[in-house]
Amino acid sequence: MRDSLILRTTTRVIMPLLLLFSFFELLRGHNEPGGGFVGGLLAAGGLCLYMLAHGVDDARRVLRVDPRVLIGVGLLLALAAGLVPVFQGAPFLTGVWAENKVPGIGKVSTVLLFDVGVYLVVAGTTLLMVLSLAARDEEEDDPC
Amino acid sequence: MNQLVVMPVLIPLACAALSVLASRSARAQGIIGVVGTGALLAASILLLRTVLEHGVLALQIAGWPAPYGITLVADTLSAIMVVLGGITGFAVAIYALVDIDADRREAGFYPMLHVLLMGVCFSFVTGDAFNLYVCFEIMLIASFVLLALGGERMQMEGALKYVTLNLVSSAIFLSALGVLYGLTGTLNLAHLHQLMPGVAAEHPDLVAATAGLFLVSFGIKAGLFPLYFWLPSSYHTPPVAVSAIFAGLLTKVGVYALIRMFTLVFGDLEGAHRLLLILATLTMIAGVLGAVSQYHIRRILSFHIISQIGYMVVGLGLMVSPDPDVRRLGLLAAVFYIAHHIIVKANLFLIGGIVRRLRGTEELRDMGGLYRQMPWLAALFLVPALSLAGIPPLSGFWAKLSLFRAGLQAGQWVVVGAAIAAGVMTLMSMIKIWNEAFWKAPPETDATAAITIEPLDRGRLAVLLVPAVGLAVLTLLIGLFPGFLFDLAGRAAGELLDPTPYLEAVGAVATGGAP
Repeated sequence: MRDSLILRTTTRVIMPLLLLFSFFELLRGHNEPGGGFVGGLLAAGGLCLYMLAHGVDDARRVLRVDPRVLIGVGLLLALAAGLVPVFQGAPFLTGVWAENKVPGIGKVSTVLLFDVGVYLVVAGTTLLMVLSLAARDEEEDDPC
Repeated sequence: MNQLVVMPVLIPLACAALSVLASRSARAQGIIGVVGTGALLAASILLLRTVLEHGVLALQIAGWPAPYGITLVADTLSAIMVVLGGITGFAVAIYALVDIDADRREAGFYPMLHVLLMGVCFSFVTGDAFNLYVCFEIMLIASFVLLALGGERMQMEGALKYVTLNLVSSAIFLSALGVLYGLTGTLNLAHLHQLMPGVAAEHPDLVAATAGLFLVSFGIKAGLFPLYFWLPSSYHTPPVAVSAIFAGLLTKVGVYALIRMFTLVFGDLEGAHRLLLILATLTMIAGVLGAVSQYHIRRILSFHIISQIGYMVVGLGLMVSPDPDVRRLGLLAAVFYIAHHIIVKANLFLIGGIVRRLRGTEELRDMGGLYRQMPWLAALFLVPALSLAGIPPLSGFWAKLSLFRAGLQAGQWVVVGAAIAAGVMTLMSMIKIWNEAFWKAPPETDATAAITIEPLDRGRLAVLLVPAVGLAVLTLLIGLFPGFLFDLAGRAAGELLDPTPYLEAVGAVATGGAP
């Protein structure tokens, strides 16, 4: 399946679309279907497609960071989102909204920050699993 | 001030995230491990002090009022348990610096250690039965990974049994929650307490069946007779640091859940308490008998966990007595016993691990002569070992004494007799380890070869000894000044029997609200 011209060409078009769509889902998720979880899955899906077309090593290169870093950063972001209200005297995880609207997104809030954290954790976890399993498969395939 | 309740959950979570980020550096992970668990211990002590000063603390996550939101509550019992979790976590994090090899560290030992502590502490402070289920799952996932890390053949065998049984337990827990929710329309523990009398009058059979499901599920987690067989077949397989934290904390979360559920929610269910008393008595006896035929240090210690679980649950089972004095004394004994046991048991595993490193084996038959080589290690072992058996003036003596007093006052002669017999056999078991590992001459065949199997320089040995000595000192302190822990346990027991402060702290729960 590797070195399939059709798959590589399609990936070039679809992967950016998938990543873009994952951001869209992430930002839309507060009041409508979507959110960090499904966004993270879509982003991971995009990279998995790239991995199928170009192999594990190339996919890691495109990702640039270790998936574990995504998990760690995501967890810390979600934690930070929960702690912001604590400093204002409200219970942990209470939603805090900014005063002014950002064009295209709406009011920025800790809820969004939390969702970004979820997005990173989900994408990181999925990629960590898929890339490790695929790397093992390639090792087993190569000698043949 | 109320925000303190969430700290024992947040600190391990932050540490887990940080040690994932630092996964390339052994040094950084070790530092995060020790500092993070130290911070957890400090926060838990602060929580206990605040609870003692201001009474029960409750926090509604994100400000959603009970019974709709997620409630975190810390009463005296929760705070004591969190402190014990912090102590064990801190001790094990120091021990792990030497005990965990590079392979296991790179595979994610430290993040999983923090996640495990988060699950444990979360289940102590949650005020919601469904959340308790979530905490159990967090804890279990982390413990599966910790148990299987390294992937040795024996480990996999142990992990398989552990995972299977615990998944069964979780499934039963979840179905019990479903029935309970169907019956009452709430899973908030305080709210359940208020609704239970009405529901129990209407559907006595269904309530009894639900209580039975909870009993089986928590019984598996706690290692209650006859559901304990997964424990001795898995606890001796992972690295010592892992089995020490398992031995110290995991089964005790099951006991904590039993105590919480069968006082706050099913506090008036006499049949359940009677059953608990019978099962606990059988657990004490079955555990010590299992240890008799064993010659593997950690297997012996694992069987003793089971018998000790029996002692704790006896304290809860004494709720069967109508006399409020006996009930209070029984719960006091249970709480005191848990506190004593966690410290002593984790320590015995840690010292067993040191012996294993020095001798390269855990088979008692192949050991010997350690007393001549290291008399101070023999003395160090005796502190938790004799405390486990209940020799004065160590912590176990007071734990057993208060339990016997409660049992005698309740007129439960059989239970007290069984507890005394189990105590004597525990002493025999501990003396067996001492004789075989420390006192007898080493086996002549390859005595010199055995000693050189695991070279251990002074610095590394010192790191292993620090937590063991610290826990032993704690055991001695509890033994010499038991008053402090007695007061704490008494207060916890009082709050369990009269949960008014707990209900008031959770607040906003409609009194007698319809489901």
